Amino acid sequence: MSSAVTLQDATGHMAHDAHHEHHHHETFITKYVFSQDHKTIAKQFLITGIIWAIIGGLFSVIFRLQLGYPDQTFPFLEDFLGHWAKGGKLNPEFYYALVTMHGTVLVFFVLTAGLSGTFANFLIPLQVGARDMASPMLNMLSYWFFFLASIIMVASLFVQTGPASGGWTVYPPLSALGDASMGSKIGMDLWLVGMAMFIVSSLLGGLNYITTILNMRTKGMSMTRMPLTIWALFFTAILGVLSFPVLLSGAILLLFDRNLGTSFYLSDIVVAGKILPNEGGSAILFQHLFWFLGHPEVYIILLPAMGMSSEILSVNSRKPIFGYMAMVGSMFAIAILAFLVWAHHMFVTGLNPFLGSVFVLLTLLIAVPSAIKVFNWLTTLWRGNIRFTPAMLFAIGFVSLFISGGLTGIFLGNSALDIHLHDTYFVIAHFHIVMGVASFFGMFAGVYHWFPKMYGRYLNNTLAYIHFWVTIIGAYLIFWPMHYEGLAGMPRRYYDFSNWESFKMFGGLNEFISLVSMIVFAAQLLFVFNFFHSIWKGRKVRDLNPWGSNTLEWTTPLKPGHGNWPGEIPEVHRWPYDYGKDGRDFIPQTEPVGKDESTGH
Amino acid sequence: MSTTAIPAGTKWWSGGKSPFNASYGKVMMWYFLMSDAFTFGAFLISYGTIRFSVNHWADPNHVFNAFPFAGHANLPLAFVSLMTFILIFSSVTMVLAVHEGHKMNRKGVEKYMILTILGGIAFLSCQAWEWTHLITGDHAVLVNGQIEHWGTTVTKNPWGPEVMHNGQLVATPGPIAFGGYFFGITGFHGFHVFSGVVINIVMYIKTKLGHFDERGHYEMIEKAGLYWHFVDLVWVFVFLCFYLI
Repeated sequence: MSSAVTLQDATGHMAHDAHHEHHHHETFITKYVFSQDHKTIAKQFLITGIIWAIIGGLFSVIFRLQLGYPDQTFPFLEDFLGHWAKGGKLNPEFYYALVTMHGTVLVFFVLTAGLSGTFANFLIPLQVGARDMASPMLNMLSYWFFFLASIIMVASLFVQTGPASGGWTVYPPLSALGDASMGSKIGMDLWLVGMAMFIVSSLLGGLNYITTILNMRTKGMSMTRMPLTIWALFFTAILGVLSFPVLLSGAILLLFDRNLGTSFYLSDIVVAGKILPNEGGSAILFQHLFWFLGHPEVYIILLPAMGMSSEILSVNSRKPIFGYMAMVGSMFAIAILAFLVWAHHMFVTGLNPFLGSVFVLLTLLIAVPSAIKVFNWLTTLWRGNIRFTPAMLFAIGFVSLFISGGLTGIFLGNSALDIHLHDTYFVIAHFHIVMGVASFFGMFAGVYHWFPKMYGRYLNNTLAYIHFWVTIIGAYLIFWPMHYEGLAGMPRRYYDFSNWESFKMFGGLNEFISLVSMIVFAAQLLFVFNFFHSIWKGRKVRDLNPWGSNTLEWTTPLKPGHGNWPGEIPEVHRWPYDYGKDGRDFIPQTEPVGKDESTGH
Repeated sequence: MSTTAIPAGTKWWSGGKSPFNASYGKVMMWYFLMSDAFTFGAFLISYGTIRFSVNHWADPNHVFNAFPFAGHANLPLAFVSLMTFILIFSSVTMVLAVHEGHKMNRKGVEKYMILTILGGIAFLSCQAWEWTHLITGDHAVLVNGQIEHWGTTVTKNPWGPEVMHNGQLVATPGPIAFGGYFFGITGFHGFHVFSGVVINIVMYIKTKLGHFDERGHYEMIEKAGLYWHFVDLVWVFVFLCFYLI
């Protein structure tokens, strides 16, 4: 029996048999809008993510103007922000809205939906050898719930009282009481409803990713023959499916507190001289619920970048990945530990110091699998025949940033040091490097590497190299100095540091950071131009397997249709990392093991 | 599901088939239920956190002692026991529906799906009565030296500790978190029962239209059954947390 038929029978899933494909009459709507093809859905996620990234990045440029030049006015700001920037000076309320939405947009809408949504959708069926996701219908709904969430979040930018402004962590009581601030009014409700839609999207996507990986692997694709990208996306999906519902609970209770008069998070509060009737609730409870998602969320963002970098590093070093099982094991360890460390965000909330020390221990344990991964990446590069493609540069950049940002995590994970460091720019520097920029680098690496498969064309290399060098140097120039500011006690979320004698010495440095952030933002626009230009005008891909890669996605036609493989799905005979084996440059997964082939990797 | 399609000699995890010998839909349902369990878990743990941080909590034997048409008779937990029985009984009829589905007996599936749907609707009706009774029922509460009459809502809890007032035992306001958590969590569970009933009605219609006979299997009934049993299982925890302890 053929492998394709076996797959169909075993899953009871007959919808995407490629042999019947020409019977479907596809309209513009079913092909590009409500598409059920995982590749189109991936592109929808990617392009929506790019739009969000521009918006979120622009927010940071605007608030960096305030931080870098607190004494100056920028009349052009008033032109498009209106009363939020009267006389060209950013309104403090709106400053908070900007930092809040910058965090929300980039953490959730770009680095969760834009990253996992894109690459899980694109790579899982192609790399495990499936015609599509387990449920293409739910997959489509996953995108459209994300779209709905996006619409609601964008709408919140335009309400009169402004979007949510209590920080991306939306801690009550600020977020629970409409009277607490401008951004606590309708903007906060829209934030919560938008996030609820986002969680539905993430759930539908995650269920699909898990079941596709478990159930839809082609014949011969055992779990230990899966590319590390798939392992990473698998753990990411499990983290998402198990941690987002807790945020949903937290958000529902918060909505009740806001609109039904309950007291889940509220107790003994006085607003504007008026004593509120709420009592018995606990604001700390929200922090527990939030960070039970919030910490796994860090790995939801990071793991796909890790997986793609592993794959790209191996392909472009022309060497097998070093320590495949150690890579899988360390990702598993990270996924487990991700659920057990949330309270390290709460060391200074009055948490019992003994409990704190348990969380310190568990947090520092994450350094072990992280270090295993770093050493495996470095030993993969070691004595490799490295091709410095743009994707490879970004993957190496990812490793660099992960090391730099990860090391400061060891400082912050220590509850004693955290008393000094919490809520300072040291924290900002840490998580921007290790989670923000590093994951962006993984995402860029993925885009540069798989763009030929997505659109049948290459991205422009010159623009890509400029993009890479400006971004990596710029990222370090922006975030490295923030460590010193944080060590000196400079707190995050302040509107104007020139009011404090102790932080006046950082005036010049803040201006420098703002300047660099604008240059880096401009470099990202270069990437956006390159991306859209290359979709139509890029150099055409002529080689089915342009990177000399072993994985299954390169066995499909140049522009695979819905169903991916025109004939039968290929069978897999080996792991995906046979590079430089027995004197051969690479041996695709579809090639049976030869008689004289050496055993082992 | 039949195993004949799987060639002999292949291993469970080596690809080309489901390692659990289950369709993607069932695997997906199990993962969804895990996810949903975390949602309820978060609610119940929040409830526990708040409940055990206060000194006094409403006594369930006292709060839930009413029964429809029984006037002021003191019947602690009688009504909620009936509700629990109804829900668990609807799980039994669901099992029977799935069983009839395995035998490809459409009439049997229809019969037991109807009973399951009725069970779900009966449970929801009971919950509606219980909520109404709690919200509208008057209870004397001593507030700032005055007697007031309160129902149980998300902002008022008339089930606080009792004190002597003019020679009589009178309740004082209790922790208002009680109403929020009770209505919040039983409401969220009720919403699940409601969606379960909707799903079951859809399944009943599809059975009636012969969709599953055409398809050759009644797996959709099984998946709806998984969800329905999960909703029952969650009720056991809700029952435990709000009514028994």
